[in-house]
Amino acid sequence: MELFTNQILAGISTGAIYACMALAVVMIYQAIDHLNFAQGEMAMFSTFISWQLMQWGVPYWGAFVLAVAFSFVGGIAIERILFKPLAKAPILTNVAGFIALFSIINSCAGLIWDFTIKQYPTPFGSAPFLGSQLISTHQAGMIGVTVLLLIALYFFFQYTRIGLAMRAAASLPESARLVGINTSWMIALGWGMAAAIGAIAGILIAPVVFLEPNMMGGVLIYGFAAAVLGGLTSPLGAVIGGFLVGIFENLAGTYIPGVGNELKLPIALALIISVLVVKPAGLFGRPIVKRV
Amino acid sequence: MSAAEDVVPTEQEGQAVEAVPKRAMTLGTGTSLIVLAALILTPLLVKNFVIFQMTQLLVYGLAVLALNILTGGSGQFSLGQSAFYAVGAYTSAVLMEQYNVNYALTLPISGLLCFAVGFLFGQPALRLSGVYLALATFALATAMPQLLKLNFLEPWTGGVQGLVVTKPDAPFGLHMSQDMWLYYFTLVITIAIYLLSVNLLRSRSGRAFMSIRDNEIAASAMGVNVALYKTLAFGVSAGITGVAGSLGAIVVQFVAPDSFTITLAIQLFLGMVVGGVGWLPGSFVGAAFIIFVPNIAESVSKGLSGAVFGVLLFFVIYLVPHGARQVAIVSQQLVGKFKK
Amino acid sequence: MTAMLNVKDLRAYYGQVQALHGLNFSLNEGSLTTLLGANGAGKTTTLRAICNMVRSTGAIEFEGSPLTGRSTENIVRLGIAHVPQGRGTFTTMTVEENLQLGAISRKDKAAIVSDIERMYEHFPVLKERYTQQAGTLSGGEQQMLAVARALMLRPRLMLLDEPSFGLAPLVVRDLFKILGKINREDKVTILVVEQNAQLALELADQAYVIETGRIVMSGGAKDIANNEDVRKSYLGY
Repeated sequence: MELFTNQILAGISTGAIYACMALAVVMIYQAIDHLNFAQGEMAMFSTFISWQLMQWGVPYWGAFVLAVAFSFVGGIAIERILFKPLAKAPILTNVAGFIALFSIINSCAGLIWDFTIKQYPTPFGSAPFLGSQLISTHQAGMIGVTVLLLIALYFFFQYTRIGLAMRAAASLPESARLVGINTSWMIALGWGMAAAIGAIAGILIAPVVFLEPNMMGGVLIYGFAAAVLGGLTSPLGAVIGGFLVGIFENLAGTYIPGVGNELKLPIALALIISVLVVKPAGLFGRPIVKRV
Repeated sequence: MSAAEDVVPTEQEGQAVEAVPKRAMTLGTGTSLIVLAALILTPLLVKNFVIFQMTQLLVYGLAVLALNILTGGSGQFSLGQSAFYAVGAYTSAVLMEQYNVNYALTLPISGLLCFAVGFLFGQPALRLSGVYLALATFALATAMPQLLKLNFLEPWTGGVQGLVVTKPDAPFGLHMSQDMWLYYFTLVITIAIYLLSVNLLRSRSGRAFMSIRDNEIAASAMGVNVALYKTLAFGVSAGITGVAGSLGAIVVQFVAPDSFTITLAIQLFLGMVVGGVGWLPGSFVGAAFIIFVPNIAESVSKGLSGAVFGVLLFFVIYLVPHGARQVAIVSQQLVGKFKK
Repeated sequence: MTAMLNVKDLRAYYGQVQALHGLNFSLNEGSLTTLLGANGAGKTTTLRAICNMVRSTGAIEFEGSPLTGRSTENIVRLGIAHVPQGRGTFTTMTVEENLQLGAISRKDKAAIVSDIERMYEHFPVLKERYTQQAGTLSGGEQQMLAVARALMLRPRLMLLDEPSFGLAPLVVRDLFKILGKINREDKVTILVVEQNAQLALELADQAYVIETGRIVMSGGAKDIANNEDVRKSYLGY
């Protein structure tokens, strides 16, 4: 029994990573109705920027703020320059665009900072949290920041005018234009916000997985899975999904025989998909009614 | 650019995969004959290595064709084709190396086996679509290399190191190099599968696929057995991919788990988009793209090969968002104008 | 009387298919005009063309400024509200959020709040349901909401696409009464596209009849309603 609770706790702390990434995924999904495969790479690049700033002497929180701001602007720029021209192209073509972006960012990061693993500092320290062997103060800090982000996003979408406009543009673009909303810029804004959230995710994750250009590969997939599990329209669902995915992954690794590190990912995905077969809109998602 | 845009029908909101009109599904007879002639005659004029590359192009083209039937035909996304390719490749490799089965015989076995696997996978996939199906197939693709490395399968699969496959000689003592024989062998199979696929998409089943792609609910309301056709599409697509994998194994003379990762699945997807989703002839253009462009990228800059590849890919999708099909349509229009 | 909206030689296209073949008409300020015609005649296309939601050529002028080249949202911000076919309600949002969205392009916060109150007075049923998800409202209530949302823009011109569609006759009567009131009291110029010709002609002062992308008849609403030939040939009654 103790092993079980320990694994749950451990799952929650790794889950915080996926929860944070899942928030960025949901953010972009709200804006553009797809998943952006390059998001992990964008987050990685932002994290490298913050690391580079720290190498040049900028203190941690200064680097944090600058990197997040840079990501916000960068996300908007990428959307305006690279993806706005594809707005009328088929979805699959856009997906090819995401793959191209992934390739470009990964390659550039590798060239600028090379592939050796780098240490990344944490402002929360890495002492055991409240004496527990399984959650460090850093992981507790991750969970805390993720929850704060979630609350901030909730307020943004529910109580601000621009949040309302973004929701409208995502839900019914044509109707949104008919009330005077510039839906094109709402998409750009969505990208910017997703990039900023991704940067925060990357900066929180780097101390745990170490900083290198391929750090986000697995994390992004788990982030997608968590977002899908939670229901792609719900930030709360994304966060809970993230924790659940962390737990699934840990339990699968501990209790299913023959599952080493490599098979953890497909098994976790398989579990998530079984949930989806039962609840196709995800745990907290709103089922989409399609008119024929 | 606007001329091409007007010509290609735009998507309706909510429709994920574009509908390619039936008569646009293949090349015209004239073009087909020219392409066929080129395919038959070129190997007689070039070096063995180029023949080898052409064979690879046919193999990947088949795999992209299979994906085109699944996505362009029945509207189901799949990021898992590499898994079926791997099963096909290993089936042939194991049968040839461990059980001394003749290479040609391994192809139908591989095809049938992969059809069954695809059909079975299609069952749970029935309830998933779009993003969700993408994730499920992604899981399949990432699982495959790991499954192939499993210890208890090692006596057959050769574990992490994989298996070396013996290259067959030309039969009946024909005076041609192994590469050339393999090329013509692959070409015959490719043409056969291509013609069968075109026929499939033009048949009643093909129409069923496309009705499901365009509007699943309406299709089911019209009496189309959606479950049967969706799983059938998966099966057929997996079967063809399996045959491609088998041919690939024989051509490359080697199978190893890490040759069949998610990267392959992503490449096949890109091949489909570059060729034009749902346009069968485009599969081979797409295959050419995924074989040759990464090499070009690496020759431009070793350190930034990924970035160069990405830039080239963007270039292509800006020029022809609907893939090679767009080029074909525009050319057809120009030829039409010349004829007048 | 000045023409608020001037449409000259409007041609509209869906891909390769031409839907409008050179429309010419104008709306006077303060008028209530109805655009009638059978299914597929081009009525909806006309409204969409005004808001640049469909590819078109020709000159459209609103209060003297040309609309060509402007995006839909910019046209709306000039003061043209469009209630589309099917109402375009944000079904996943509450009634009150839908009204707030109607005013999202305005900056005068206090006036927006008082406008929402005014909408609740015009349409008491919306006040009852203001925290309900808009998708759970009945057809008639959603139509009221759509009109109220359009009014939140404080438009000078309101375009309505088949507001009577799918509604019971009594509900339609009420709706049209409200439209008349809005036209007279709030001084909103209205262009309403309708298949239900009889009711529309009772409400409007001007009418146009459109058939396969061309205007075939125009005049006062009463004249057209009294003209038996027109009614039989074009309006089916």
